[in-house]
Amino acid sequence: MTPTPTPSPGRTAVARPTGTRFTRVLGAAVILGMAWLVLFGLFLSPNDEKQKAGVRILYIHVPTAWLAYLAFIVTGISSAAYLVKRTRSLTWDRIAGASAEIGVLFMGITLVTGSLWGRISWGIFWTWDSRLTTTAFLFVTYIGYLAVRNLGGTHQQRARRSAIIALLAVLEVPLVHFSVKWWRPLHQQESVAEGKLSGLMLFSLFVGLIAFTLLYVWLLLHRQRVLAMEDALDDQGLDVALAERRAEGAQV
Amino acid sequence: MEPVVHLAGVVAVLGGFPVLAGADLRVERGEILLLRGPNGAGKTSLLRLCAGLLPVERGDATVLGCDLAADRTAVRNRVGLLGHANGLYADLSVADNVAFWGATVGASAEEVAASLDRMGLSGRLAPVPVSRLSAGQRRRTALACLVARRAELWLLDEPHAGLDAAGRDDLDATLRDAAAAGATVMVASHELERAGALATRVVEIVGGQVRE
Amino acid sequence: MSTWRIARLIAAKDLRIELRSRVVTNQVLPFAALVMVMFAFALDNDAVLTRVAPGLVWLATMFSMLVLVQRTFAVESADGALDALQVAGVRPGGIFLGKSLALAVELAVLEVVLLIAAVVLYQADVAGSGVVLLVATFVAATTGLAFVGTLYGGLAAGAKGRETLLPLLMLPVVAPVLIGATRATEAAFGTNGATSSEGWPWVGLLVLFAALFGLGGTLAFGSLIDE
Repeated sequence: MTPTPTPSPGRTAVARPTGTRFTRVLGAAVILGMAWLVLFGLFLSPNDEKQKAGVRILYIHVPTAWLAYLAFIVTGISSAAYLVKRTRSLTWDRIAGASAEIGVLFMGITLVTGSLWGRISWGIFWTWDSRLTTTAFLFVTYIGYLAVRNLGGTHQQRARRSAIIALLAVLEVPLVHFSVKWWRPLHQQESVAEGKLSGLMLFSLFVGLIAFTLLYVWLLLHRQRVLAMEDALDDQGLDVALAERRAEGAQV
Repeated sequence: MEPVVHLAGVVAVLGGFPVLAGADLRVERGEILLLRGPNGAGKTSLLRLCAGLLPVERGDATVLGCDLAADRTAVRNRVGLLGHANGLYADLSVADNVAFWGATVGASAEEVAASLDRMGLSGRLAPVPVSRLSAGQRRRTALACLVARRAELWLLDEPHAGLDAAGRDDLDATLRDAAAAGATVMVASHELERAGALATRVVEIVGGQVRE
Repeated sequence: MSTWRIARLIAAKDLRIELRSRVVTNQVLPFAALVMVMFAFALDNDAVLTRVAPGLVWLATMFSMLVLVQRTFAVESADGALDALQVAGVRPGGIFLGKSLALAVELAVLEVVLLIAAVVLYQADVAGSGVVLLVATFVAATTGLAFVGTLYGGLAAGAKGRETLLPLLMLPVVAPVLIGATRATEAAFGTNGATSSEGWPWVGLLVLFAALFGLGGTLAFGSLIDE
């Protein structure tokens, strides 16, 4: 009469690493890419005429900024995919969550490195232009999204709730961007900024972008698998709790 | 005849804890079913599940022909639930509350007045704000709201608690009339004698599972 | 029942509750006025206050709105009414629109009081030509705020420990309204030489904001309040 519990993944209770052949190769590529970046970023590329060595922060700042936005887009797309797909696969939800966590990290780094660069180049830590402000806004929104993910409930409830919040965030971003842009049009300083970068500097930047993108993918794969294992652990915990509950019933 | 409620191996989870651990139940139209069981057995969760408030984690659950695992919201508005909370607006009067809940199903003013009358609330209590009522009077108001909703399936969680003797008589009469009119009633109660006399059938819930 | 009828029913219920309990008039409005006074303490410069009066009005609105939103949902969760509304099969889109409508009315009252406070306390001048712009701004901003408040308020309602989530979720989202409404109000006041014509693009943004969240909220509200 009572159905036997369906076996859930990870029931063998053996410690399983989240790496696969693909991620190991990828990881090696990341290390190579980072080494390349250090080589070019710190040593081989020249100093900028105006900013001197300060320009080197850009080799981190620009890639992390790009990645923060990429992570945000991935979260948005995964959230939409979760809501749209008939099967409601939780993998999309976990990708969204993992991407958001990585995104928060990269956004934090972007804001800090950006502040430092601004301080070195123009003597100010912060300015209210549309790019910076939208980034700061996204940072706070991400934190809110992660807080919503931790509200509890079943996995499906978590997935649906956070997917909606993520899509609302996607809706807000253009609104925030444009309102800040109209509010504070680009200052003079900005236009001078990405002006003149020599060939080698551009190349270093390019290397940085590739290295960091590989890093993002590597982190995403691993983190997404860890989240899957956490969910499987919850399911397993449920089976144990079910057995206990039924035993409680049998005793009476 | 298709059963009004059909649960097979239903598992429901609340805060990680399996409140229902494989419940099987079949309820036919017109029955008044009494759910008995110790505290924490899952009576409240079972009722809430049938109302479409608690998601079905595993198993099959069909209420009034609606598959709850697929879509919990379809069964709503055909079901009436009286839980531990009363679902009332404390600042509004008794009459306003019943009128509001009646209006959600498009009940007419006469039907609302009849519901108030049913539970003995037509007189001096009608314009009183709920916040000034006693617990028993609030319970009666909540029942009047339930009556006004004209549900096909009535789910009541400890409805007798807090009511005085007259209130309990009114309640029993109301439930019998509802069942006679074609509704189905499920009552979770510790009031074994009174509810036992009222019920057409009794089931036991222990450890999240149902025993006949 | 049509969604619009449900919305009217719920809005009427919310406003009736407010009339009986007088929480907005007795608690929230004094709080808002207090916030305006505290701004004066903090900013301590008459010229500055007059200059930033529009911004302060909207800032005080945002903070008071947090209290309003929590109140409108506390009414529902106090006795399990939100659950009951769901079981009653009342369409969530209707609940959303109804509560937004009631919230908008309360916000409108709040904003009028704050505007008067700004004129009195900060000597803000309102240019006569800017009245139409001012009204348009207030209507558009209030609608947008009501939609956002109801949406995130619904999420933050219910289980304990969620109320603290409301400011974190809501304030970033209303940033465009704060920016847009302030700029448009400045244009209406003629503060700092801003002319009325500069205000209208901002009103456009506010209308777009309200439309997006009105639509999004109607669709998403049901999923967010579901336990």
